[in-house]
Amino acid sequence: MAKQHISFSLNGEQIDALVEPRELLVHTLRETLNLTGTHIGCETSHCGVCTVDLNGVSVKSCTVLAMQAHEGEVTTVEGLANGELHAVQQAFIEEHGLQCGFCTPGMLMRAQRLLQENPDPSEEEIRWGMAGNLCRCTGYQNIIKAVQSAAKKLQQEA
Amino acid sequence: MATAEDRVKADIEREDALQGIGCSRKRKEDPRFVQGKGTYVDDVKLPGTLYADLVRSPFAHARIKGINKEKALALPGVHAVLTAEDLKPLNLHWMPTLAGDVQAVLADEKVHMQYQEVAVVIADDRYIAADAVDLVEVEYEALPVLVDPHKALDPDAPILREDAEDKDNVGQGPRKHPNHIFNWQVGDAEATERAFDEAEVTVKQEMYYPRVHPSPLETCGCVASFDKVNGKLDVYITSQAPHVVRTVVSMLSGVPESKVRIVSPDIGGGFGNKVGIYPGYVTAIVASIVIGRPVKWIEDRMEHLSTTAWARDYWMTGELAADKDGRIKGLKVDVLADHGAFNSHAQPTKWPAGFLSICTGSYDIPVAHVNVDGVYTNKSPGGVAYRCSFRVTEAVYVIERMMDVLAQKLGIDKAEIRRRNFVKPEQFPYETCLGWELDSGDYHTALDKVLAAVDYEGLRKEQAEKRAKGELMGIGLVTFTEVVGAGPSKNCDILGVGMFDSAEIRVHPTGSAIARMGTITQGQGHQTTYAQIIASELGIPSEEIQIEEGDTDTAPYGLGTYGSRSTPVGGAATAVAARKIRDKARKIAAHLMEVSEDDVEWDIDRFKVKGVPGQEKTMKEVAWAAYNNVPEGMEMGLEAVDYYDPPNFTYPFGTYLCVVDIDKYTGVVDIRRFYALDDCGTRINPMIIEGQVHGGLNEGFAVAMGQEMPYDEEGNLLGNTFMDYFIPTFVETPHWETDYTVTPSPHHPLGAKGVAESPHVGSIPCFTAAIVDALAHLDVTHVDMPHNAYRVWQTLHELGADKRD
Ligand code: FES
Ligand code: FES
Repeated sequence: MAKQHISFSLNGEQIDALVEPRELLVHTLRETLNLTGTHIGCETSHCGVCTVDLNGVSVKSCTVLAMQAHEGEVTTVEGLANGELHAVQQAFIEEHGLQCGFCTPGMLMRAQRLLQENPDPSEEEIRWGMAGNLCRCTGYQNIIKAVQSAAKKLQQEA
Repeated sequence: MATAEDRVKADIEREDALQGIGCSRKRKEDPRFVQGKGTYVDDVKLPGTLYADLVRSPFAHARIKGINKEKALALPGVHAVLTAEDLKPLNLHWMPTLAGDVQAVLADEKVHMQYQEVAVVIADDRYIAADAVDLVEVEYEALPVLVDPHKALDPDAPILREDAEDKDNVGQGPRKHPNHIFNWQVGDAEATERAFDEAEVTVKQEMYYPRVHPSPLETCGCVASFDKVNGKLDVYITSQAPHVVRTVVSMLSGVPESKVRIVSPDIGGGFGNKVGIYPGYVTAIVASIVIGRPVKWIEDRMEHLSTTAWARDYWMTGELAADKDGRIKGLKVDVLADHGAFNSHAQPTKWPAGFLSICTGSYDIPVAHVNVDGVYTNKSPGGVAYRCSFRVTEAVYVIERMMDVLAQKLGIDKAEIRRRNFVKPEQFPYETCLGWELDSGDYHTALDKVLAAVDYEGLRKEQAEKRAKGELMGIGLVTFTEVVGAGPSKNCDILGVGMFDSAEIRVHPTGSAIARMGTITQGQGHQTTYAQIIASELGIPSEEIQIEEGDTDTAPYGLGTYGSRSTPVGGAATAVAARKIRDKARKIAAHLMEVSEDDVEWDIDRFKVKGVPGQEKTMKEVAWAAYNNVPEGMEMGLEAVDYYDPPNFTYPFGTYLCVVDIDKYTGVVDIRRFYALDDCGTRINPMIIEGQVHGGLNEGFAVAMGQEMPYDEEGNLLGNTFMDYFIPTFVETPHWETDYTVTPSPHHPLGAKGVAESPHVGSIPCFTAAIVDALAHLDVTHVDMPHNAYRVWQTLHELGADKRD
């Protein structure tokens, strides 16, 4: 099938792209638009390393067609820092919330969204709110600490 | 005038500014990872790249009657479809495994396992490649399938490896059947028999250690780029051992090793899975050489779980002989090892069952015997270590389980029986009856510290009360010793290359430094910790030290990172290379201050003239002088290389304790508490150590509580997606409590032992022990993993423990 023209906002910038109708958003981001911070771990919606924001909700970009982003708003890990690191980015460094870094972009994207949905989550709420993102390296404990510390910082700033 | 106190304070500040050994320095790697700026293999983009995808077998055992590529080749965007026939003229249709066997790159007339690589498609993008894979038509004739390793050596078993049928040896000694791979024995069989004959008590327990897969979140892949004009081959690859890959690729392809460049960029976790060389890599390399364009191959999760290296799959029988007080007199371990279709395990050459003979554990055992048989089945080939050094996980599992079995038989407390059998602090270095020299340890202190921290007595009391009420509570206790830091080249090599490791350090004129190592980080934070070692040794702030690994064009040769060998071997090389530099710097400093070298002493970051306050030269000043003012006869520059061949392994140890509550009606296990005390000798970066321990515990939890790779009778792998294969999420993962003692290794330059695998090795038997302990009053001595709710419920149901009264 012929390629289709889509346009959407990506990290605050208006983007035009030609995509195959069957093309997955994660491939458009990584291959066509060269934003390789969003990773691929399973392509079956289980691992969450492909998590991005689409129209204000967390989605797994391996299970979204690029065409579904048409006229929408997408934020990836590359759009998180705004001059300086976002509170979740800083907190992951401070609390040793990452090791190999492969899950990290997805974790950060989910964490910043979770903190918008629930600015002051309990440990339990973090565990359930981030359960769609897997990590093989950290045992999660320091990620939870990082999310808690980012929450505190964001609340102080608010 | 400065007081003595001021001076001490100034010294501490000077030392802290270096961020050296012992500092929980934030990781150097993190800023790029949190901004999505890591470079993993799939992020490598070379102009003109083509994509490889593999046609795989749906059958576990079948003859290939024909392959029709026409439809695939007719698809626009497809450049080539290669099969074993195409690789034959290049002699690349088979490749050597790290274990002395061979493995088919593309199936040669027969397939030996489901998902085996049959053909490779090269196309313009990954979508077209995937379409073309569907269009390749392969005709199979199904053959009888061998799944059960216990039947592998039956006289009427189907013969799997026809290519090796006539060989009396497939790389690891004589064999007795076409499906037999090796027999390996260690220890004194006769003396062990005698110990058992004379013993007051003996116990015996069978146990199965399931096949499990490390499954890092990044799958395996590579980008191969052959430059036809210069004859140079670059390969970006997910490898824990890039230098070994270079040697193998050169041997296979005929491209001189100097023209092969292997780059392991950022790696999204390895855990032992990324040590071996997989057919996908080889096909991408061949395709790039044939077509003359870069070729990228990235496997998907199902391919990863179905074909790349898994671990364990050991059918073990443990036996202990002891006196009535529980003092051990002898140990026997017998194993049937299922290696799958090809013997592609990754162990040092002389160790077909890895370091299984470390199975005497932390205990003073006078005599032991280990017997292992490896067999072929129609399953994916392996096995590697999964966050462990070469079968040490299996060794620790069998001995720790047997300690509990013996304790239960004799009615002795599980902590007490360990205490009675520990190697005592004054016995180190301690030679085990199976030939290991344990370097250092203080097992009693570690055990006592944990028992006090958790109030062991109190827990046992609580357990008794709960039992009286019909509730199930279990306390698992493990006091492990393991072996890491492979290894002395006198007994460890891979494909004939000794298992040393290396570091090369250069100090620049302005006093900053760059260092390159033969290891490769996959999340362990080498860029952070190696710099800390150099900082402490050379007095250069960590921040001014650049660490690079993974590019074989620039890094010195090394055997890579697995089995917690980076700190014991690579870290030692780093310290020794730094000390070579410091020795030279001392001479330069003496020359600058016009004193004899003997009058100069090292102090944190400078050389001082003994007894002359104020007479000093900082490392920075010396570095500058190294490039313009050195003593007569000395060569300029300030750099050193060290290839460190360790004199011995290191032996980290620990005490772990786990408390569980089991719902007897559903089999759901609640891990109420997990307390892990590790002793890894000198601690370089406590923050990173704790992170490694958390991660290792979580992988241990995964193995014990849910991971398995079952096959049905037809050899279909059940459970090769993240839907079926258990990876713990935030929700199931318990809270971890960590603790430590420090018993330095006497032979390591820094006293460090390595840590990352200990929590995996030690936690797995601890979870099992807790489950069994909860059922011990029902005469249960062992339950096989995984302890998921359904399986635990099955056990409870068989015992009648789930009855409602
Ligand atoms: S790659 Fe999208 S969830 Fe795993
Ligand atoms: S840091 Fe490696 S998977 Fe999370």
